Amino acid sequence: MTAFLDLPLSPAEWMAIRLSLKVALWATVLSLPLAVAMAWLLARREFWGKQLLNGLVHLPLILPPVVTGYLLLLTFGRRAPLGEWLEQTFGLVLAFRWTGAALAAGIMGFPLMVRAIRLAIEAVDPKLEQAAATLGASRIWVFATVTLPLILPGVIAGALLGFAKAVGEFGATITFVSNIPGETQTLPSAIYAFLQVPGGEAAAWRLVILSILIAMTALLLSEALARRAAKRVSGR
Amino acid sequence: MSIQIQLQHRFNDLHLDVGFEAPSGVTALFGASGAGKTTIVNAVAGLLQPDQGMIRVGGTTLLDTARDLSLPAHKRQIGYVFQEGRLFPHLSVQQNLRYGRWFARRRVPQGKAHEARLVEMLGLGPLLTRRPGDLSGGEKQRVAIGRALLSAPRLLLMDEPLAALDAPRKEEILPYLERLRDEAEVPILYVSHAISEIARLATTVAVLDRGQLRRAGPVQDLLSDPELAPIIGLRDTGALIAGRVIAHHADGLSEVAAAGGRLFLPKVPTAVGDSLRVRVNAKDVMLSLTRPEGISALNLLECVVTSVRMGRGPGAFVQVQAGDAQILARVTKRSVRAMGLREGQHCHAVIKTVSVARADVGGRG
Repeated sequence: MTAFLDLPLSPAEWMAIRLSLKVALWATVLSLPLAVAMAWLLARREFWGKQLLNGLVHLPLILPPVVTGYLLLLTFGRRAPLGEWLEQTFGLVLAFRWTGAALAAGIMGFPLMVRAIRLAIEAVDPKLEQAAATLGASRIWVFATVTLPLILPGVIAGALLGFAKAVGEFGATITFVSNIPGETQTLPSAIYAFLQVPGGEAAAWRLVILSILIAMTALLLSEALARRAAKRVSGR
Repeated sequence: MSIQIQLQHRFNDLHLDVGFEAPSGVTALFGASGAGKTTIVNAVAGLLQPDQGMIRVGGTTLLDTARDLSLPAHKRQIGYVFQEGRLFPHLSVQQNLRYGRWFARRRVPQGKAHEARLVEMLGLGPLLTRRPGDLSGGEKQRVAIGRALLSAPRLLLMDEPLAALDAPRKEEILPYLERLRDEAEVPILYVSHAISEIARLATTVAVLDRGQLRRAGPVQDLLSDPELAPIIGLRDTGALIAGRVIAHHADGLSEVAAAGGRLFLPKVPTAVGDSLRVRVNAKDVMLSLTRPEGISALNLLECVVTSVRMGRGPGAFVQVQAGDAQILARVTKRSVRAMGLREGQHCHAVIKTVSVARADVGGRG
């Protein structure tokens, strides 16, 4: 890869890439189960305040990312009640740390995941779930043995969208955790930083190309996985 | 094991209000679409919560709204065979079959022998490694039946399991259902609006009409009851005659010793010595005051008129008794008057051999 670019990556650039992947992976892995649960709730249950919850889930998608980042800072900052409690109880600090970057990335990708997975759940014929219930499967078992295998392509698509969003997240991240090299400077933040200094274009370009590579790899991988899952689900 | 059902439920235009008891064997719920048949089986399965009701299967109460009791569907142990099979597309045939067994394994430690017997009985052996998407409609339904039975149900519900199939596929499955009725100890609640299926399979029939129960009773009595003819269909009303095969003849006819006398039928698949039931449509029965001579029809049964019911149109139903068998004939009012047919009159019922179709002949039951 470096040979292809004809320039070795500087330690700062490597750091940004490793951090970006770490942040995006944690954001995706931790928010995926929540997204599946939320999608199921919105697709299959009727309850009071459902539209409100739906709106809340979509908020990060429609708000300016800076606003989301600022709200995160107000909620999870070290002086904010919730931030203070997290630090005292679990020793978990979010503001200006990579953990905070993962939280911001996860929250920004959440609505995209929920939408993709919800569509997949709505496409599952509830009659199959009913059949499973008559065969003795409780609601949890129905989900685990029928719904989940059938929505797997949608879950994979949702995970990819969330991951891509997490890698590319900029506005909320820089507002919430700033742009600290080695701690919170992810790929987009690094590109932005390189573009601010004279002669930084070459480094910015290398990172741009790497961003494209990461995104394409993730896309191809998820397509391949989704194809395999879809084949299984087709019943052939 | 008997099933008691009491249900009241309002849903759109349907006002369901029924109460009946089904003995063991196959109880058919018969009625036009919209009569409430599917609503009843869904309530039994726990897929629908009725406004009011009580459902007991054997000694277990599944639902009693008066006591605020309703077992969730997955705890009811009710097998359900749906019209469209509803096989799990992501599982193989074998995995589909074992799905329900896995949940039932703590309740009933069924061995591999039980599974093997069902696989053999339903002819599923060659299908086990296939995927549902590769199966024909008839094969899917057989897998669905096996899957439901392997969950060790206390009652099997079948909601028009043959309605989506063409005639040859129906014919492929009906013998399996007859075996099921005769060999398995599981009572079956069978929804259908096809009289031919009910005539072959049912032991008891409950006739539904717009959410109300019109009649319930043994299948022989109800199918030949002229009063129910408007619901069953004038052209479908007819008698069920039980008999035993005594010979297969070289010219392609089977000879049957029936309750009312000897019958010649187009060759039946039943073995000599085995019992069967034949549906004889009322419109295919002629009546004659004297024993006809020089007539092509092979079946002439001596009988006595038990009732004459004039219809609103030109037709009339004449019920006759031949030995132990009730036979129904549909003739014109004009003939009734011309022949002076009335209760107690002796006559002969004439049944053309070729009017009995393969679909009219079923196993014993």
